[in-house]
Amino acid sequence: MRSFFNRISPFSLVLSFFFVFGTLNFSKGQEHQEAAVEQHEGDHHEGEKAEAFNASEVIIHHVLDDHVWHLWDGHYGTIHLPIILYSSEKGLDVFSSSHFYDEHHNVVEYNGYVLEHNHISIAGNHEAYVLDLSITKNVAMLLLNAVLLVLVFSAVAKGAKNNAGKAPKGIQSFFEPIIIFVRDEIVKPNIGHHYHKFLPYMLTLFFFILFGNLLGLVPGSGNLTGNIAVTLTLAVFTFIITNVKGNKGYWGHIFWTPGVPLPLRIVILPVEIIGIFTKPISLTIRLFVAITAGHIVLLSLISLAFIFQSVAVGFVSSTIVLFINLIELLVAGIQAYVFTLFSSLYIGMAIADHEHH
Amino acid sequence: MSLALLLDISYAIMGAGIGAGLAAIGAGIGIGKIGGSAMEGMARQPEASGKIQGAMLIIAALIEVAALFALVICLLISFKS
Repeated sequence: MRSFFNRISPFSLVLSFFFVFGTLNFSKGQEHQEAAVEQHEGDHHEGEKAEAFNASEVIIHHVLDDHVWHLWDGHYGTIHLPIILYSSEKGLDVFSSSHFYDEHHNVVEYNGYVLEHNHISIAGNHEAYVLDLSITKNVAMLLLNAVLLVLVFSAVAKGAKNNAGKAPKGIQSFFEPIIIFVRDEIVKPNIGHHYHKFLPYMLTLFFFILFGNLLGLVPGSGNLTGNIAVTLTLAVFTFIITNVKGNKGYWGHIFWTPGVPLPLRIVILPVEIIGIFTKPISLTIRLFVAITAGHIVLLSLISLAFIFQSVAVGFVSSTIVLFINLIELLVAGIQAYVFTLFSSLYIGMAIADHEHH
Repeated sequence: MSLALLLDISYAIMGAGIGAGLAAIGAGIGIGKIGGSAMEGMARQPEASGKIQGAMLIIAALIEVAALFALVICLLISFKS
């Protein structure tokens, strides 16, 4: 096995890696091409004019959440995810989202519900509040991410238990350096003595964001960590932990800053109170923007080929998209690192014991 | 559509374009400064180049997020018009 790897030159490995990514990009692009062509043919049957490729609509549709998961065009490529609704008028309703769609229209009303722009409301009663608990694309990605995390890390834990005292093997040997990196470079220096109490949360956070970012780069997947609700939830967890675990020094610094003349303390007070909330907001927006903007840039470059309707532009744009995909892989890792780093910084500042008072 | 509305929309899209360009300039200046001081630090002390490179990459990601934030707002303006 090792002699086989020694004979392959690193250059050919890199080249084949590029080819794989290139074909993945082409297939991502093919999906759009067939969507445009099929719409063209469908409209021809009805005798209408074919629509031009609307780049902004395609891009925004791919970045946002959806009730239907389009993997590829055709009957077997669309997964109609279940819709779960609760309203005080109609109670609990569970049905497949295929009922809302009727051969490329979606104004079809079903069971008294209407689907407009991914928002479900009761037909004829727009103001009634409908609690939409459906398994949308992002929820399905979240569940997939959770299952992946549980599978991978139970294997790593089993490996750690079986190989205690020996050299790590298999999947444990792949993840152990990353876990040690998070512990020694991110959590231990920033949190200090009691880092082991927060280490499980930090590791979960890091790997959840990392896997979520990487899954989002796979063509055909949903945009999990680019959903502001998901990043807001993660930031709220950090916010809760910071403020519940904050000790007297932390709250003292906010409300009654020591070492500062009295009039200045009154001025600093509102600034510090706002500062409590800007920390999770910045965490939310940073991760959301980094991932969503990356996806928008990739989709815009792929759409270039369809706007110009030219194969030559397609080749050029696929090459550029290939390199930007590699940057996005780096960004996926860096954003996971930065979120975990700032979380541990905030928690560290909250539980720091000040020896100089 | 009335001429006034069309004019408003075209001003908005022009503003979005200029905003995206300014965001790119901001990101370029910021990352350029970081890269410059990182190069200087690595030239002064080559043994620390691993740490400097790591810190540089992380700060570049933070600056890039700020630029992308402006880019997303400009894209939203141009898509909503």
